[in-house]
Amino acid sequence: MDLLAYWLPLVWAAILAVAVTLYVILDGFGLGLGILFHVEPREERRDVIMNTIAPFWDGNQTWLVMGGAGLFVAFPKAYAIIMSGLYIPIIVMLLALVFRGVAFEFRWVSKPKNEFWDLAFAWGALVATFAQGVVLGGLLQGITVQDQHFAGGTFDWLTPFALFCGLGLVAAYALLGTTWLIYKTDGDLQDWARNAAKPALMLMLASIVAISLWTPYSVPRIAERWFAWPNILYLAPIPLLTLAAARYCWQGIENISFDAQPFISAVALFLLGLLGLLISNVPYLVPDSLTVWQAAAAPSSQMFMLVGTLLLLPIILGYTIFVYWTFRGKVRQGEGYH
Amino acid sequence: MDVDAIMLARIQFGFTITFHIIFPSFTIGLAAFIATLLVRWRMTGQDHFHRLARFWTKIFAVSFAMGVVSGIVLSYQIGTNWSRFSVVAGNIIGPLLGYEVMMAFFLEATFLGIMLFGWKRVPPNLHVLSAILVAVGTSLSAFWILSANSWMQTPTGYEMRDGIAYPLSWYEIVFNPSFPYRFAHMFTAAYLTTSLVVLSVGARYLVAKRFEQEAKTMIRMGLGMVAILAPLQLFIGDQHGLNTAEHQPAKVAAMEAHWDGSKPAPLILFAWPDAKAETNHLELAIPNLGSLIIRHDPNGLFKGLKDFKPEDRPPLLPVFFAFRGMVGIGLLMITIGAIGAFLWWRRKLFDATWFLQPLTYAWPLGFIAIICGWWVTETGRQPYVVYGVLRTVDAVSPVAFGAVLTSLILFVLIYSSVFSMGILYINRLIEKGPEGKAIEPDTHPEDTLGSRPLAAAQEATRSALRPGK
Repeated sequence: MDLLAYWLPLVWAAILAVAVTLYVILDGFGLGLGILFHVEPREERRDVIMNTIAPFWDGNQTWLVMGGAGLFVAFPKAYAIIMSGLYIPIIVMLLALVFRGVAFEFRWVSKPKNEFWDLAFAWGALVATFAQGVVLGGLLQGITVQDQHFAGGTFDWLTPFALFCGLGLVAAYALLGTTWLIYKTDGDLQDWARNAAKPALMLMLASIVAISLWTPYSVPRIAERWFAWPNILYLAPIPLLTLAAARYCWQGIENISFDAQPFISAVALFLLGLLGLLISNVPYLVPDSLTVWQAAAAPSSQMFMLVGTLLLLPIILGYTIFVYWTFRGKVRQGEGYH
Repeated sequence: MDVDAIMLARIQFGFTITFHIIFPSFTIGLAAFIATLLVRWRMTGQDHFHRLARFWTKIFAVSFAMGVVSGIVLSYQIGTNWSRFSVVAGNIIGPLLGYEVMMAFFLEATFLGIMLFGWKRVPPNLHVLSAILVAVGTSLSAFWILSANSWMQTPTGYEMRDGIAYPLSWYEIVFNPSFPYRFAHMFTAAYLTTSLVVLSVGARYLVAKRFEQEAKTMIRMGLGMVAILAPLQLFIGDQHGLNTAEHQPAKVAAMEAHWDGSKPAPLILFAWPDAKAETNHLELAIPNLGSLIIRHDPNGLFKGLKDFKPEDRPPLLPVFFAFRGMVGIGLLMITIGAIGAFLWWRRKLFDATWFLQPLTYAWPLGFIAIICGWWVTETGRQPYVVYGVLRTVDAVSPVAFGAVLTSLILFVLIYSSVFSMGILYINRLIEKGPEGKAIEPDTHPEDTLGSRPLAAAQEATRSALRPGK
């Protein structure tokens, strides 16, 4: 294997990891706000909750397109296998995102008869999140592949593990949503978000622990990677840092001094969790069946896109930060929709 | 995968992409229209430009959201339903879509936030710039997706190894033979579609004697564009047709229902083509005009359907009739533009109720023409998904019949209901109309966080539902 064919897939895997991470965090808190609609029925508060993300949601969601397109660009074989193998959860996620996405606009134009679009926003977010968790679980447990094509059944993904991952992601996005609200609101709504953030944090932690035990228990390859000497020594900081981030998050929820603290530590929890998944599965793109090198597109295709990506990604990040900066500060009740 | 499942996957893709194209065809032109209004407002200081920009931005927001959610479905559907296509053509199509995401999607989605919510939040020039960037984003998006589609129609700059396409020249891939024509044709179509909607809404207000100043501006801008672009589109379409005749002769033969390539072709005004009997029933035709159009020579010859094996011919009826639908609407648009321009010149335009009244129903014309056009070019490419390289039957995913059927039913149900609601809401916004004063940048931006144009829409609906208040 020449140098280019070795490094390009790795660089692309890294870019894809960044895109997925940004999606999970950015749309994660957006979907989390939708999940919170299930426990906050008051319309004026729902208005504020939605307004905290209204200018950003579209850009946030674009990272999902970037994830799909990036996979297609750099690893077309993996794209083909994952999309066919996880057909049902992916279609369900897309349909749920249709409801969630249009609700951002329809909820306002349909007022005062907006109950349906409130439901669409809440259930769209919940179902999309759950489906994304199932996709993650389905990927982690592996997809049946023969001759580099999907060769499994329609419902292969339907396992207790995948469903558990779905629930875990609901808790995790709810944590991102509540901590985002703590950051972007004040007064009653912020107090309410603090109360809601605690159970979300506990549930997310429980899910992290369960998945961290479940995967090495069911996949010897993963157990080997984490518990063999000396890996265990190098990898020990990850669970320890996770605990520290959780503690910092809890403190932030309880203590009013620094409003961004819970959100920042929730993001840290996500980064650590994703890092853990990455360590468990490197160098597989479709665990156990397809490595990044086997799935890679032609080097010329990866190179052509890489040039554009290295040029455009900093610009994209730049104007994304600019828009967040433009709409910085607290969103208050009664503002923004009169 | 059996034949039925392939048909279902095709219907599903045809359905979702037909729904999707409605929204980009509108928002590509609308973004540019809004940016133009804002620039004119900054240059002249006239408030009605600003009122119009705010009004159309509300409609843009609703349309754009529908375009975004239906577009995400497509970016994943290539993998869920056409995984063999993504393996065979992924090396080529992947980067083209990747560039679309990175150059266009992020730009439009991010600056949309400022365009929608930044009215009081950023200095006016920055707001205008955001609207321009959104317009640039929608155009770049069209550039890349049309390049990808054109490569599927006229693939160049690649080689096949072990059944997979590998790129040889990116320049030849991006600027493949049909791309310049397709881009010009679709881009003009998008601007025409928006212009007709603007013209139609303007006519609706003027006939009802509401918002007369805004209505006249909309009629002038909309009609001016139609009068120029509709004839231009005829020329571009003709050039595009010549290109298709050169690269995809079977498609042109189906468009014209032309069977016998050894004789000059008539222009068939109406017929019922019969693929089994290999002839046309009820044919009404003008002799030699078909050859004149395709070859620019009344006795010119071009390949007929009989020159292709039956299994290499595209489905006849949709291509034949959709083509006539598109051209018919195009001619109607040229007529509208010509009559309107004449009335304008005679200074009778705003009093010509006989002309404006029917125009209030003209808003769907562009959309129908665009859908017809895409049906012609996509169905006309069959039985290939990548022309001459990969047959559609060889492109599908190994997914079970039941799963594809269930998802198809869900798509039909959900799209029909969600998007009909969207059109209903847009109609409500139009019913309410452009109102309110131009808003100066706020001196205390911290106080106005989250101010959104749709807030006005909400207020609008509230008052609309309580008549008399």
